[in-house]
Formats: sequence, structure tokens, C-alpha cells
Amino acid sequence: MTRQLILERAVKEIKDGMCVNLGIGMPTLIANMIPNDFNVMLQSENGLLGIGPYPQKDEVDPDLINAGKETVTAKAGASFFDSAESFAMIRGGHIDLAILGGMEVSENGDLANWMIPGKMVKGMGGAMDLVQGAKRIVVIMDHVNKHGESKVKKSCTLPLTGEKVVHCLITELAVFQFTDAGMELIELQNGVTLDEVKSKTEADFTISPSIEIKA
Amino acid sequence: MSKLLTSFDSAIQQIEDGATIIVGGFGLSGIPEKLIIALRNKGVKDLTIVSNNCGVDDWGLGLLLENKQIKKMIASYVGENKLFEQQFLSGELEVELVPQGTLAERLRAGGAGIPAFYTATGVGTEVAKGKEHKEFDGRTYIMEKGIVGDFAFVKAWKADHFGNLVYRKTARNFNPVVATAGKVTLVEVEELVGTGELDPDEIHTSGVYVQKVLVGNDYEKRIERLTTANA
Repeated sequence: MTRQLILERAVKEIKDGMCVNLGIGMPTLIANMIPNDFNVMLQSENGLLGIGPYPQKDEVDPDLINAGKETVTAKAGASFFDSAESFAMIRGGHIDLAILGGMEVSENGDLANWMIPGKMVKGMGGAMDLVQGAKRIVVIMDHVNKHGESKVKKSCTLPLTGEKVVHCLITELAVFQFTDAGMELIELQNGVTLDEVKSKTEADFTISPSIEIKA
Repeated sequence: MSKLLTSFDSAIQQIEDGATIIVGGFGLSGIPEKLIIALRNKGVKDLTIVSNNCGVDDWGLGLLLENKQIKKMIASYVGENKLFEQQFLSGELEVELVPQGTLAERLRAGGAGIPAFYTATGVGTEVAKGKEHKEFDGRTYIMEKGIVGDFAFVKAWKADHFGNLVYRKTARNFNPVVATAGKVTLVEVEELVGTGELDPDEIHTSGVYVQKVLVGNDYEKRIERLTTANA
């Protein structure tokens, strides 16, 4: 339910003609929601630009997977390349947008999404490269953790993936943007009050004038 | 002179304890499965393995973990493997985690004779600790070093006798940069063709990087996450 709310808002970040990297897990689900009339190329950092739908059973090819190691297909106009070139695309600023999951986001746009101290370290994969390289970084995550504590922090407590890298944060409660002026609340999700967002957000943020009027 | 060898065991004969081996593949896709099995059978120990991932418990590089042959692993993501976790927590296994793009570029640089380069990836994180920081045009970067291995294990789709290689779809992944970064590069392929049969315009890796070519049969090509439409 909350997941659907987040995904429906996140897909609006994708514009016709973009090259987009969707992170592993929840962001991958956005692929199915992109409007059919959009010409969007999805990048998989293991070496594919132009991810197609999941294969039919008789189309499954172990030589064709996405970064989450799922079997996929390649759409018309797709290209294959090696890992160094894949990250040249990312690091060189040729990917318009990356939508990534998050564990914590801080008010200055720091992102933590790869490691919890004391638990087994799995590795950062391509996340640190993506946050530094893609032109725009959108993070999607639940607003609070399972204990009800805010994941939107004054400063991250978990090890960082990148410093001041987040441009936009989408949760089930609200949408924030990050600029040199700081963190700004720009939208409330349907039925959510400003008071609820304030009470569930540890970070300091300003409020867009458009929201002040509605509230 | 053909670079073709017929025995995987003889191909890896010169690998000794303590060697650094760079291994192609992403997850279980495009991994040199026959060379890994041969290395497991040889049993050499204290290896440093450089590869994006470390296989799963009973396949790919996981076979070397099972046999306790790896001393140090340099990788970007190792989360698919319980043996890895056990050996890491017990202190048997040393791990260097490298961001995936930095790992690819370190191999590319190593193979291209570039000792180090600067990247913004990892700035402000644990990855940057102890590394040289430098500012270019107002942005901070860290220095990362190229990687060269004693041996490189590569999986390609086709090769000719000179070692020119063609990969298939996303099984290409790290293999082309791995091929350049080994002092001795061993390649296994599904199909060997006559020299001159590959269109020079379509060759992904020039045979200049390749020392030996082996042909494998009955590739298992295990799938980590079988995902189909309507599933």
C-alpha cells in the first residue's frame, strides 16, 4: 500500500527520452509503470542499456540478466557493453536519472543505503558510483523504520553511500527536494497532513510556499 | 602459433599458492566455470581473488571458498554467499570492498598501464579513508590504483586461434577488462573458430591480451534469479 504510493510518485520523475538506472529491489518495480508511449532506456550496470520486459519461459537466457541477477530481455535499440564502459556512462554523467532505495537520508542530502554496522557487510555494488555520476538522484524509501523512528535524519547514523548527493526524496508521506539552500518539503502525499510529516521527520526542512497555502 | 590448449588442468599448472587471480563474470553470468573448477581441483591456497562477486555456496568462486583456497577477496558485492559470511566473521577471509565502477576502472587502468586515477566515487565514505584527495575544478576526487593480476580468468563466447574474443550479451560484463589486466590471461570459450572467421569489426577483445584459449563443453550457465513474464 505505502509501497504503491511511493512507486506511483517515483515514476513521475521519469520523462520521455531519458536514460535511467533503477536500483535493485523496490526501484526495479518502477519499470512496469513507465507509460507505454515513453521512449525510455533503462540501464543495467552489468552492461545493458535498453532493458526489456521479463522473458517468456522459452526466451530465458542465462547470458542476459539485469544488475539484480534476474533474467531479462533487451528491447529494440538496446546495446551491450562491458563493465568499465557501463560505469563510464554513469560516472561521465550520461545517465539522466537514478532511482535508488535508501536506509537513511540526511537534511543535507547525504545517503546511506549499503551497510548496517554489526551486520554482515554485503558490499556497495554500483551504488557509490551511481550517486556520484548520474545527473539526478531520486531516493525512495519508507519515512520511518519498523520501530517508528524517522529515517529522514539531521545527519545519517549509518555509513554513507555519498555526501550531498540526493536531489529528491520520495516517501509514503511526502516529497522533498535538496538544493544549496537545504532540504525543502515540496509535496504531501494524498491525505497526509503537514503536522504528521513534521512529527515523523527528524531533519530540519523548509516548506514550499505551495504547501503552506494548502495547509 | 595457436594459443589453444586442450586441458584445463595443464592450463593452470603454473598457478602457485599466494597468486593473485582476476576473474570475469557478474553474479553467475559469464563466469569462467571450467577454469574455476580446475583451480578448485588443483587446490592451491592463499589466493587473492579479484572479481565483482564471489559466486554462490556451491558454484562459481563459491567452490574455492568451500575448499578454503581464498585468503583475500576484492569485490563490490558478496551478499549471495553464506560460506563467505562464515569465513569473513571467523577471520579466515580478508575482504576489500570496492565500488563496482571503481573496480572496473581499476582493472581497465591496470591493463592499460595507468597506475592510478581520480574518481568522485566514494568521496565522503569509508572507501575514501586513507586515500589521496584532490580537487579538480571545484570538485573533490580520490585516487584509486590500477590492478594487475598474476593470472586472469576470462569467459567468452567465441575465440579464434589468436585469442580474438567475442562475448555474448550481458555475459560480457567484467570479462574484457579482466582480459587486459592479467600477466597471463587464460580464456575459456563455448566455440572455437578458425583464424579469420571472426569479422575484425566485431571482435570485442583483441588476441594481444590472451595467452591461452580453452574450449569448454556443456556449460552449466546457472541462473541466480529465474524471472519470467507473468511470474
